[in-house]
Amino acid sequence: MSPRTRLWLVAVGGAGVAALLVAACLGLPAFGGDHHPYGDRAVEASLAHRTANTIASVNFDQRAFDTLGELTILFAAVLGCVALLRQTRDEHRARPEPAEVAPPVRRYALLVLPVALLTGLYVIAHGQLSPGGGFQGGVAAATALHLLYLGADYRALERVRPVGLYEVGDGVAVCAYLVTGIAALLGGAAFLANTLLPHGTFNTLSSGGTVPLLNAAVGMEVACAVVVLLARFLDQAVEIEEESGT
Amino acid sequence: MDDAVIAVALVLVAACATVAVATRDPARQALVLSVLGVVLAVLFTVLQAPDVGLSQLAVGSALTPLLLLLTVRKVRRRGQREESGR
Repeated sequence: MSPRTRLWLVAVGGAGVAALLVAACLGLPAFGGDHHPYGDRAVEASLAHRTANTIASVNFDQRAFDTLGELTILFAAVLGCVALLRQTRDEHRARPEPAEVAPPVRRYALLVLPVALLTGLYVIAHGQLSPGGGFQGGVAAATALHLLYLGADYRALERVRPVGLYEVGDGVAVCAYLVTGIAALLGGAAFLANTLLPHGTFNTLSSGGTVPLLNAAVGMEVACAVVVLLARFLDQAVEIEEESGT
Repeated sequence: MDDAVIAVALVLVAACATVAVATRDPARQALVLSVLGVVLAVLFTVLQAPDVGLSQLAVGSALTPLLLLLTVRKVRRRGQREESGR
């Protein structure tokens, strides 16, 4: 195919996509309107299961199967990362030297670390009540742990972060999500249906049936996945060196 | 009033995104991306999507820049070794 034909092909394809996008945008409801057919139905369904945060209800109740897919994507991505960034035969580990940290940085990091960690755990625990949930809280808690790398040094971080344990935790959390789904199946309902537990009192920590359980599983999975992911990147950036002469 | 706030947030997002594209140095780009993450989180919150805003804050302004910076460090270290080895 000559470059000219190729260019034409791209132009025609691009014009087609653009036309379709414009047509779709013209069919959308107006920006900021009061009429939300999907939103109203989602709120109704979430109130029926006593879940205060409708987003959590959509993620872990109405579309829990969807979330299982996202969970699997993250799990597979981390698995691929671990496989790609492993230490190869022509590389060796060099222990990093203890680093000098400026006192203000150290003070700030050590002060913020517990606050950030607690915030992450709070966001996970209140996923079914207020904005946030397992994903957001998990990322916050996992990144908070890495303030130790800023405030102290790499060795201090390694001491509080046995990567093997987090890898196991990642797998266990995905299994917990699956097991909760299968439990609903065994109870005579559909896979991941929210019929297993009593729905509880509206706007309390234990409300929402299986929503808090699935939310906690996602929180654990995401936190472990982010820790493992960052550990692999840190290993490559700080510790692993190529053998000289390669 | 709401429209004004949304317009300001949108303009900020557009400005930050343009700066992120125009920045050539990856380390600086990571910092700009982190600012872009915060501004996007503000936009999502203004548009009444605090859940998405929180995700954006956690991933866009903390995790992605961190991964980028670590990658830059690894690449630079390799470059230094090759230079000193020759």
